[in-house]
Amino acid sequence: MSISRRKFIVGTSAFALASPALMGRAQGSDKIIFASILDLSGGLDIYGAPMAEATKLAIEDINAAGGLLGREVELKLYDAQSSIQLYTQYATQAAAGDRAATVHGGITSASREAIRPTLARFKTLYFYNTQYEGGVCDFNNFNTGSTPAQTVAKVVPYAMNKFGKKVYIVAADYNYGQIIAEWMQRFVKENGGETLGVEFFPLDVTNFGPTINKIQQAKPDMVLSALVGGAHVSFYRQYAAAGMNKDIPITSTTFGIGNEHKLISAEEGNGLLAAYSYFEKVDNPENKAFLERMDAKLGANRPTMNELSVRSYEGAMLWAEAVKLAGSIDHDPVWQALRSGLSYTRPSGKLTIDPQTNHVIQNVVLAELQDQEFNILESFADQPPSDTAMVCDLVADPTLSTFYFENGLAAAGIK
Amino acid sequence: MPHVTPQQKDLPLDLVVAIGLQLIYGIAHLALISIGLAIIFGMMRVINLAHGEFLMLGGYVVVVSTNNGVNIWVAMLILAPLIVGLIGVIVERLLIRWLYGRMVDTLLATWGLSLLLIGLVTSIFGASTATTVAPPLGVLRIGAYSSSAYELFLIGVTIVLGIAIWLVLKLTKLGLVARGTMQNAEMASALGVSTSRIYMITFGLGAAVTGLAGGLLAPVTGVLPNIGATYIAKAFITVISGGASILAGTAAGSVLLGGIQGVVTFLSGPTFGEVGLLLTAIVLLRLMPRGITGRFFRKSL
Repeated sequence: MSISRRKFIVGTSAFALASPALMGRAQGSDKIIFASILDLSGGLDIYGAPMAEATKLAIEDINAAGGLLGREVELKLYDAQSSIQLYTQYATQAAAGDRAATVHGGITSASREAIRPTLARFKTLYFYNTQYEGGVCDFNNFNTGSTPAQTVAKVVPYAMNKFGKKVYIVAADYNYGQIIAEWMQRFVKENGGETLGVEFFPLDVTNFGPTINKIQQAKPDMVLSALVGGAHVSFYRQYAAAGMNKDIPITSTTFGIGNEHKLISAEEGNGLLAAYSYFEKVDNPENKAFLERMDAKLGANRPTMNELSVRSYEGAMLWAEAVKLAGSIDHDPVWQALRSGLSYTRPSGKLTIDPQTNHVIQNVVLAELQDQEFNILESFADQPPSDTAMVCDLVADPTLSTFYFENGLAAAGIK
Repeated sequence: MPHVTPQQKDLPLDLVVAIGLQLIYGIAHLALISIGLAIIFGMMRVINLAHGEFLMLGGYVVVVSTNNGVNIWVAMLILAPLIVGLIGVIVERLLIRWLYGRMVDTLLATWGLSLLLIGLVTSIFGASTATTVAPPLGVLRIGAYSSSAYELFLIGVTIVLGIAIWLVLKLTKLGLVARGTMQNAEMASALGVSTSRIYMITFGLGAAVTGLAGGLLAPVTGVLPNIGATYIAKAFITVISGGASILAGTAAGSVLLGGIQGVVTFLSGPTFGEVGLLLTAIVLLRLMPRGITGRFFRKSL
């Protein structure tokens, strides 16, 4: 089939004429627009799809309770297809085209860094609901996920106490893995331990044999893992195949959020320690009700709920609470309400926004994997984001919009 | 008297054996993920960008069938090659055969096919599928070190697979006709060979071998719809570096690249291991644009 030049011109100009009309209609509607940008396809869909389901449930719950300020909330869900370019495009579209009251989303730190400046420029409130390496200090950006000073700081001493003080670190070779590995080394040292080795792996490595030999040579008491993604699941399998999981246990702050515990068999994963701000077995009535509704919504194939998906729900709820408190959806009043010490009790427990960092004071939970399920060992209430607080003070300067840990901890002035 | 560093003096035998085994496994792993691609590329000059997805499908056959109670060995050694081979035949009939001789078009078509296969698997099975498969065969103790006996098995399978392909090409009528078609398709056609059928069988066999590889790797890797992307680059680099000869090319490419990657990984780390592999391939292709077998072992299979 060939398209004549005339047909092409007619077609494209018709589209160009139609577009402003579409935008105009979106602005004129009475609904409050809540935009969410997540990867629902491509390599990151394993994280994005459950986050989107939880976001949908949050908007349904808000509307079932009568909406906000008497208006219905409409979810605009964008699929960034694991492409950074689409993140930038959709963030602009959500802020300028849809006039969204708030934008939630971003999974990798790279996607967050792609849209954060755009949304700050448009003054569209941005929620990043993912556990990450810490260090974002942005007046317009609320980071609700856990950071290393919350999870790594708790699980490292626990594991060292249980397994021993000599540690070997394996991590994914990109910004996140590198920074988490620095935090791990720091907390190992602070607790009187010794790091015997650190190794980084590109995200497409599937053969971990040489590293397993090196670990056997170094003879640590435990392995700390910040491996990420589908290919890195091979590490846990090959580690178990070499019989190592029985001798040298693994502790991780990344294993589980990508459903890794279902991708390896029970015998390969048993005994692994993990730390997040949420596991499905967190025992409170809100969580029970949340899981029941998720079951009703998605049926037997419901993905395991983890920190990322639960926090997507809670992030939306935190924003809704602030809108109710402010009595407006405009940026400044909602922003002030969010920073007024707003706290809310939801499936993962109590969440309080820390106005110094725009991060969230939250519970931290340690769990052990047994038969492809995480059993809770210990919980720590109200953990502050003390890593970001070392460098960030939005109370003193509420115009800041930077990412301090971009070039590692030393560059941010942390020894 | 030569200076002996303490490290050299203390290098114990069990460590040497363990590292040697890992090096050989690294090479076998590379050969295993590349051989199916080499068959299709070497015989038909078709660049199959859906190769990674054929590996993924092999893995899915194992995960899904074992979840439904099929014995793991049956799933890996019989079902995976059979089903992926059939898919290969269907793909060849519906898509590839219209595009012979049009390299760029096949490239685009197979890239589209890879996206389609990822989408299909995701919509049928979801973004991830729980597995019950654990690496069979237990642990292999080497002094103070340990490795997986299953890795030894994979090395064996790779060697047997190579021998089997050699036997088929060298001793059977199919192999003779296939080699004839590969050398000069028009002449083979003039002599009464149905080249279209040969191409179909070759593509099916290439897919089946790829499915077998994907199935065999299922117990030691993560099986996800988009996992193919992690294999495709390395498989291509190995095949292109090796050159047009199916067996000699794959063997030469895997030994050189896998060997260098392994050694560099041991000496520094996995990131530099990958850098070493890529640098070697770039230098090699600059010096030998037709791959190793374009210059050496030219008459080999």
